[in-house]
Amino acid sequence: MEVLTILIPISLILGAVGLLAFVYTVRSDQYDDPEGDARRILSGDWDDKPKP
Amino acid sequence: MTAQLRPSPAACPACVAVPAQPARPVPEDVQIALSLPGIHCSACISTVERALQAHPGVEDARVNLTLKRALIKAGPELRAADLIPVLERVGYEAHELDPGTLNATRTDRAGRDLLMRLAVAGFASMNVMLLSVSVWSGASDATRDMFHWISAAIAMPAIAFSGQPFFVSAWGALKAKRLNMDVPIVLAIVLALVTSLWETSLSGEHAYFDAALTLTFFLLAGRYLDYRTRAVARSAAEELAALEVPRAIRLQDGVETEVAVAQLAVGDLILVRPGGRMPVDGEIVEGRSELDRSLLTGETLPIFAEPGLVVSAGEVNLTGPLVIRASAVGQDTSLHRMADLVAIAESGRSRYTSLADSAAKLYAPGVHILSALSFVGWYLYSWDVRTALNIAAAVLIITCPCALGLAVPAVTTAASGRLFKRGMLIKHATALERLAEVDTVVFDKTGTLTAGTPELTNLGDHRRADMEVALALAEASSHPLSVAITRAARAAGLHPARIDDVTEVPGFGTEGIWQGQRVRLGRAAWVGAEQAAQTSAWLAVGDRAPVAFLFSDALRQGAEETVSGLKAAGKEVLLISGDTTGAVEALARRLGIETWMAEALPQDKADRVQALANAGKRVLMVGDGLNDTAALAAAHVSISPASALDAARVASDIVLLGTDLSPIAGACDTAVRATRRIRENFRIATVYNVIAVPLAVVGLCSPLIAALAMSTSSITVSLNALRLR
Repeated sequence: MEVLTILIPISLILGAVGLLAFVYTVRSDQYDDPEGDARRILSGDWDDKPKP
Repeated sequence: MTAQLRPSPAACPACVAVPAQPARPVPEDVQIALSLPGIHCSACISTVERALQAHPGVEDARVNLTLKRALIKAGPELRAADLIPVLERVGYEAHELDPGTLNATRTDRAGRDLLMRLAVAGFASMNVMLLSVSVWSGASDATRDMFHWISAAIAMPAIAFSGQPFFVSAWGALKAKRLNMDVPIVLAIVLALVTSLWETSLSGEHAYFDAALTLTFFLLAGRYLDYRTRAVARSAAEELAALEVPRAIRLQDGVETEVAVAQLAVGDLILVRPGGRMPVDGEIVEGRSELDRSLLTGETLPIFAEPGLVVSAGEVNLTGPLVIRASAVGQDTSLHRMADLVAIAESGRSRYTSLADSAAKLYAPGVHILSALSFVGWYLYSWDVRTALNIAAAVLIITCPCALGLAVPAVTTAASGRLFKRGMLIKHATALERLAEVDTVVFDKTGTLTAGTPELTNLGDHRRADMEVALALAEASSHPLSVAITRAARAAGLHPARIDDVTEVPGFGTEGIWQGQRVRLGRAAWVGAEQAAQTSAWLAVGDRAPVAFLFSDALRQGAEETVSGLKAAGKEVLLISGDTTGAVEALARRLGIETWMAEALPQDKADRVQALANAGKRVLMVGDGLNDTAALAAAHVSISPASALDAARVASDIVLLGTDLSPIAGACDTAVRATRRIRENFRIATVYNVIAVPLAVVGLCSPLIAALAMSTSSITVSLNALRLR
């Protein structure tokens, strides 16, 4: 049962990391244009360097 | 190539006037919003962005494919009118949007807030479920207690944060001494937390932390879907409003200044160019022209305009420039007063109880009574508050309207999405349910069944030489009747005659010299003829008797299919118009509509719709004009085309985005099927309750069974909604 002292914190931390990542994506407007973003990945623009 | 597009100061009237305005703030970067109805793929995105970015003055351009919009950050000297031709050259239709109107949706706080709460509930329920599964699979004693305590530590703050929409709404209902769906929800969540905490502190076996969290998660999902559907409809509706950029040209000491309509004051002189819409009520002080009043009255014949005539906001100026003196602006214009009437009529419609509300009315008291009875029953049986409270909490959790909360939004989201793709925008939350009940359809004529553009009907009756003269004269004018003559004659392969000194006399017609004779094309009185009952233009060649060109209103695309489709579906179709008897009768016969009514005043239309409603009919009203707004608001459900006046669009529940009428018949069908799905979902939720509630009442319901039953029913309901085609 000692393994629980490691496993439980790990599961809680992973959950928290997931939540924080989601909050970050919402805050940075990543759900404003789902259709456009799905298609932008197919275009060759800015493949070599990021958009300034 | 782009250099010539740079706006030179002299070319734009607004720029000339700039120095005259004192203490102007330092110009900042401007945000320009363009609507791009034609974009659909990744190539479109890069073409549009590249074309915009290559234009001087543009700092940043970003296309939003979901909203079919481009947002441009540009230098202060750039205007949307400069960018539209840039996009047209690369092959995309573009319209300016009023950024002020759009601003309201850009920061979608409420939606983001709901999404955050949904995320917190989701992640918390995942973690708690992990612990709960370990308990169910056999963790015992100290380990179980520890798991329960950790669950409590996660669940309490998570629910305190994500349950807030329910707490607020339930508290509001209780304060008003009513019961809504949120009261049993909050009671279930709170009771589940309290008994679970109590159980945990006594190291009991059952805790419902996971159930309380999953419940919150599923209910928030339903709420979020509901919100999304409405937000999409709202933003599209706002886009329609933003398309009409409210600007007017004010004359000040002979200088033309482009200003926002909101800045106009009573007594201002306003220039209305041909093709422009009257921004305010007023009186004509200069110029002669013709006015199209069809949006206000339904009449197709344009009326003659000269100094002294009183005009109302919304009328369209056809031929010559007019200067009007504003007599009423903003909220006082007749357009706005009409919109206020609509608001009054609409309050009557809110009496409609949606399916969800009627379900909640049955459900909320039932759940409370059941739960209270099982508490009392178990207390009398065992004299143990703890057991009785546990059972009561289990009953509340099991019956909690998880599936009920998803039943309606999941279906309406699916149905609204389908209809939106076909070009219909559902504005009102219960519009679909009401559309499903419709048995009578009332159409307006001008601008609804007809396109509002005249069509020449007697081209073959004229001599070739007359037609060629008429074509030459018509080509010199942008009057709708002239445009119709040009279109018909060109289609017949005619070439214009040679005419000298062609001049347009605003309000009357065009004249010129042909083979030494004076030729005129225009109003009956001007060329010396009697006004015909039908829309007509007259051609006079020299002293010869004038000949008439007759017009009828062109049918809107899909009008015939729509009428026949609705009749085939067993619905009664009526035509009520403000236009003359002859025109209305002709159209009714052409479309096969038996019941029609002509020369109807706005009040007549509303009264007729009301009379039908009193006779027990469920009326769908389709109309576009200001004279239809009262009828639109009085009808059970209403549809208006996107070309309608703002007031009519506001009054209707559904807006047709394209020019085609044919989605209407299909929409009635979709609405019927959507309502059937909603009822099906209610039945699924009920069946599950019928099975699970007895288990809970007799105390056999473990947290595992509660979790399974809840998730299964919610998922079944959502999948059932997706079956909608």
